[in-house]
Amino acid sequence: MQLTLGPVLYNWQPDDWRDFHFRIADEAEVDTVVLGETVCSKRAPFFAEHLPAVAERLSAAGKRVLLGSAILISLPRERRQAAELAESGAFMVEANDLTCLRYLQGKPHAVGPFVNVYNEATAAWLAERGARRLSLPPELPMASIRTIAGTLPAVTVEVFAFGRVPLAISARCYHARLHGLAKDNCRFVCENDPDGLPVRTLDGDGFLAVNGVQTLSHTCADLLGEAVALAGAGVAALRLSPQRCDMVAVARVFRDVLDGRCDAAEGHRALARLYPDVPFANGFVHGTAGAGMVA
Amino acid sequence: MELICPAGTPAALKAAVAAGADAVYCGFRDETNARNFPGLNFSRDELRAGIEHAHRGGVRVLVAVNTFPRAGAIEVWHRAVDDAVAAGADALILADLGLLAYAANRHPGQRLHVSVQAAAANPDAIGFYVEAFGVRRVVLPRVLSVPEIAAIVREIDCETEVFVFGGLCVMAEGRCSLSSYATGQSPNMQGVCSPAGHVRYEERDGRMLSRLGRFTINAFGPGEAAGYPTLCKGRFATDLGTGYLFEDPVSLDAASLLPALRDAGVTALKIEGRQRSRAYTERVVGGFRDALAALAAGREIDTAALADLTEGQATTAGAYRKTWR
Repeated sequence: MQLTLGPVLYNWQPDDWRDFHFRIADEAEVDTVVLGETVCSKRAPFFAEHLPAVAERLSAAGKRVLLGSAILISLPRERRQAAELAESGAFMVEANDLTCLRYLQGKPHAVGPFVNVYNEATAAWLAERGARRLSLPPELPMASIRTIAGTLPAVTVEVFAFGRVPLAISARCYHARLHGLAKDNCRFVCENDPDGLPVRTLDGDGFLAVNGVQTLSHTCADLLGEAVALAGAGVAALRLSPQRCDMVAVARVFRDVLDGRCDAAEGHRALARLYPDVPFANGFVHGTAGAGMVA
Repeated sequence: MELICPAGTPAALKAAVAAGADAVYCGFRDETNARNFPGLNFSRDELRAGIEHAHRGGVRVLVAVNTFPRAGAIEVWHRAVDDAVAAGADALILADLGLLAYAANRHPGQRLHVSVQAAAANPDAIGFYVEAFGVRRVVLPRVLSVPEIAAIVREIDCETEVFVFGGLCVMAEGRCSLSSYATGQSPNMQGVCSPAGHVRYEERDGRMLSRLGRFTINAFGPGEAAGYPTLCKGRFATDLGTGYLFEDPVSLDAASLLPALRDAGVTALKIEGRQRSRAYTERVVGGFRDALAALAAGREIDTAALADLTEGQATTAGAYRKTWR
């Protein structure tokens, strides 16, 4: 089982973003790292200057680099970015929307968790057109994962295994709305919440996290307990989505559990120390409410 | 512009036909369509009869098979496609890539529309569906402004259909797992959002709480009507304040934008609400028929008459006005 570090979904300071990935390159036991701004095209220019150095350092460290495309593409500028990304050719592209797929047909590429792959027929159709990797939508239950992975042994099937789960994308920016700002003049207030802006119910229960135009779960996915079963189902990679915690250590915990150096329960406890204050969840893979934790 | 009207039941279909719909859309009574609500939708026999009735009145029937087939059970969705074609559907409304491929291969010549659930939000994504499956129309996601729609229409080789009235998704449709996060059931998989079976109303400290799964979605004081806990229209708390974080409990009303949508080159206007009553369908279809007649005659559209149909609920033009973002 391989480990993939997903793209940073939040608006981190460019230097933090660079240093985070440098450390991943030097220390993290991950096989693949996805780079690129996938949530909001307005943020992309800020760390673009660091992207070549980061990609090079990761490659030099033996990590496969993927470039993720934007999740929601509507502006002409965003379309151009997607087309350029698909045609750049230096690294494999992970398409998060069909916009990119138009340009990637026939070229080896990855399909990200924001493309709706719910069944084996769609997965096979994408594979025929060049998809070599499929990172499945986080809401898929185990039975669907098993069927898809079992049908496509030649494709690297990946499952979202750690991090706040992306649940929705919108044309509206909720960070801007909360701050009483217009999206076009947002002052990049999302940078105040590098781990997402907590959204509670009126009872005070943690519920969701806002990240600009994206809404994520309050809970953090933890599929350590399912990792062995997922491997048995044909899943070839687990995705760890960066949160504001020691992701090098998170990857080590996953590696240790996968390689049998510690059991899942011990791994859970280690994750809870690394990313405290946020409850863990695995409900989606069990076909129940995603917010729940099935023991 | 064509007027596309919801038909949640055979009775609503007849009402829509009588009230002047150009086309109605409907689905089978199962998880293959995105309004899989109890007591709604059509059996195979009802669909056949409904299509015959509509065709006698010169009205087309579009059949939505627009959830994403469950892995290992794809034949259920294939059967829905085959049966809709056999029943004489004028078009199928589909979202899943594999299902589009199946329909295009198995039923060449059958008119295919891209569902709003497919979230085709720009000319490249739409072009992808046109090139891959020969789709003839795309239902545009509710994330676009009218000028953006106009720009899309100029660039693509298929027709466009836009929602103008009824329920409003705040998130990009077909890309939202909020409901399954709270309940385990989602629009994409089960064809439901914030399903009634997971809703509870609970009185606490003089307030009425509306809950979905184990989460409180809203709380209402004395005298406040306790609304349905649709997840994205709830009241929540953040460090920056408490309120309708994502969207107020509003519905979509783009009647005032009909001239702009016509000028943008939109082919068809769609009314949401397969879950609504026959009487509602009749009134809304009639209202929009009048509005389109006024538009054609160069008269002013009576937007107030349509606003009455929202039954007192506040309305918005949503993403069609750029300021909504």
